[in-house]
Amino acid sequence: MSQQTASVPMPTAQELAIARQKQPRRFILSSIGPMTFLLIFTLYSLIPFFWLVVSATKSQADLFGTFGLWFAPNFNLFTNLGQLFTYNNGIFGRWLLNTLLYAGVGSVVGTFLAAMAGYALAKYNFRGRNLIFSVILGSILVPATTLALPLYLMMSKVGLTNTIWAVLLPILVNPFGVYLARIYASASVPDELLEAGRIDGAGEYRIFTTITLRLLAPALVTILLFGFVAIWTNYFLPLVMFSDSSLFPVTVGLQSWNVTASNASANGQTIYNLIVAGALVSAIPLLIGSILLQRFWRGGLGAGAVKG
Amino acid sequence: MVQKAISLEKLPSQTQRTSRRLHSEALAPYLFLLPFVVLFVLFFIAPIIYAIEQSLFRSERSGLGLGAATVSFNGLGNYLDVVHDPSFYSSVGRVLLYGVVQIPVMIILALILALLLDSTVVRLKAFFRVAFFVPFAIPGIIAALLWAFFYQPSFSPIVKAFQALGLPGPDFLGPGTVLWSIANIAVWTYAGYNMLIIFAALQAIPTEIYEAARVDGCTGFRLAWRIKIPLVAPALILTFFFSIVGALQLFAEPQVLSAISNNVSTSYTPVFYSYTTAFSNNNYYYAAALSVVLAVITCIFSFSVLRVTQRQAGV
Repeated sequence: MSQQTASVPMPTAQELAIARQKQPRRFILSSIGPMTFLLIFTLYSLIPFFWLVVSATKSQADLFGTFGLWFAPNFNLFTNLGQLFTYNNGIFGRWLLNTLLYAGVGSVVGTFLAAMAGYALAKYNFRGRNLIFSVILGSILVPATTLALPLYLMMSKVGLTNTIWAVLLPILVNPFGVYLARIYASASVPDELLEAGRIDGAGEYRIFTTITLRLLAPALVTILLFGFVAIWTNYFLPLVMFSDSSLFPVTVGLQSWNVTASNASANGQTIYNLIVAGALVSAIPLLIGSILLQRFWRGGLGAGAVKG
Repeated sequence: MVQKAISLEKLPSQTQRTSRRLHSEALAPYLFLLPFVVLFVLFFIAPIIYAIEQSLFRSERSGLGLGAATVSFNGLGNYLDVVHDPSFYSSVGRVLLYGVVQIPVMIILALILALLLDSTVVRLKAFFRVAFFVPFAIPGIIAALLWAFFYQPSFSPIVKAFQALGLPGPDFLGPGTVLWSIANIAVWTYAGYNMLIIFAALQAIPTEIYEAARVDGCTGFRLAWRIKIPLVAPALILTFFFSIVGALQLFAEPQVLSAISNNVSTSYTPVFYSYTTAFSNNNYYYAAALSVVLAVITCIFSFSVLRVTQRQAGV
């Protein structure tokens, strides 16, 4: 119950104010159309995921042989999962851990760097402030995929391709995070509090860690989530950087299986049941996380949207 | 009043400061920025400069293409080739056609959903919000793999349902349809996310505005059209802008579908084309030129969208 109240926000004053003046009789008539529309879109959003859940319980033969949107008589989920985590010396587990490593380290460190930079840009007056901020803002316009190829060329020059650094270092740079941190810091860190800290003799770094980080905490969770999801779903950069499959994140790994499966007529090995089970397993952590933490998403998106 | 009191309190402290203190305060912002800026320069600015530099060279193999390749300065030669490259034009044209259809469909859908969830005529709001958000929590490449199963006749429940009714199954991977099959994946993945951005902006509209509108007799559809949509214009611009960048970067979906459809070539989209050029044809220099041109096109597009829509919306 407490879980539910945490993830479902209370109706706003505005919602309540308007709801009060509405008559219940009109409500039913006028809501048929909108509710139908919402339900159709719900089906559209959920059916592919439902298919994935259903298909993960099927054997290779049933995947082809039975209707996709309902369960087959043989319940094969645990066989599939067992095969998934043992196939090819359990490389899928390795991919999952890699993804967790890249997304975990990348988002935590990246958020911390973005918080420091955003705070400096919001709360200090210094030469070059506007220039630095404009460059960072402008860099949001540069799509990440166009950077990946030159990054690969650079990394291969210094021999870093096919090492985790080739992905871990570039993903620490989160210009959008700096932009959000700056908005939050200028809105929620009062100058007076910083000044009070200085009078009490705290150094600038200590003020940052004890005052600013605490005040920014809700905002930083949002930046962290954005970063975590962005890295978890990142595909192009690791695809370009890694040829050693033991470094793959789960996204690149599953697509490599897909390519193998599509060419399966050549070597006779089909692993579609593993791809389906793997897709389900790699989608679930993010799904649970983002649904539980949905209110943080809303807060962050709101700030970006209103001031953007 | 409160402001004034604080600023008066602040005065004495400022005069009491030692020079060491002032010094550290002056240095602090640079130190705070340093880690980010170093990484930003190394992994954001440097690749751009390096790509531009590399794009000015070309690699040539002497004789029969055996032996080591020699790298020579090519000036703007690669760019001239890009300008005359039919594969590049068709890939850019394809994503533009895709964007012209996919982006408005997705954003109008997201706007309608957000307005409905913000209105008073709808129940189960929390459930719908979660349901619409599910696709976004599925990584793009997984979504592409998932839909690929829906498009492949041997798996597709849609094709099987058609066949069960004695109808010919739809061809999702045909030459005329595969682009829209890709667009469907993007709509499915991002409509709910964009809905959330717009919804958050709707929730941020102050209650007083609704009070005023109600006094003036503005409700329902007119309230949405005259008050809500203009007020969430910045959020719409944001979603529009991200969608354009996304469309020009289209890669994972066509790459996945290229494995199961002959109608998706390896130069289907600009990013796919530069990827193939670099990693299948090993022509890094030409691929660098393609990347630079694509980045410039993206910047021009997103910048002009920002400009035009800002003027239109008056924000």
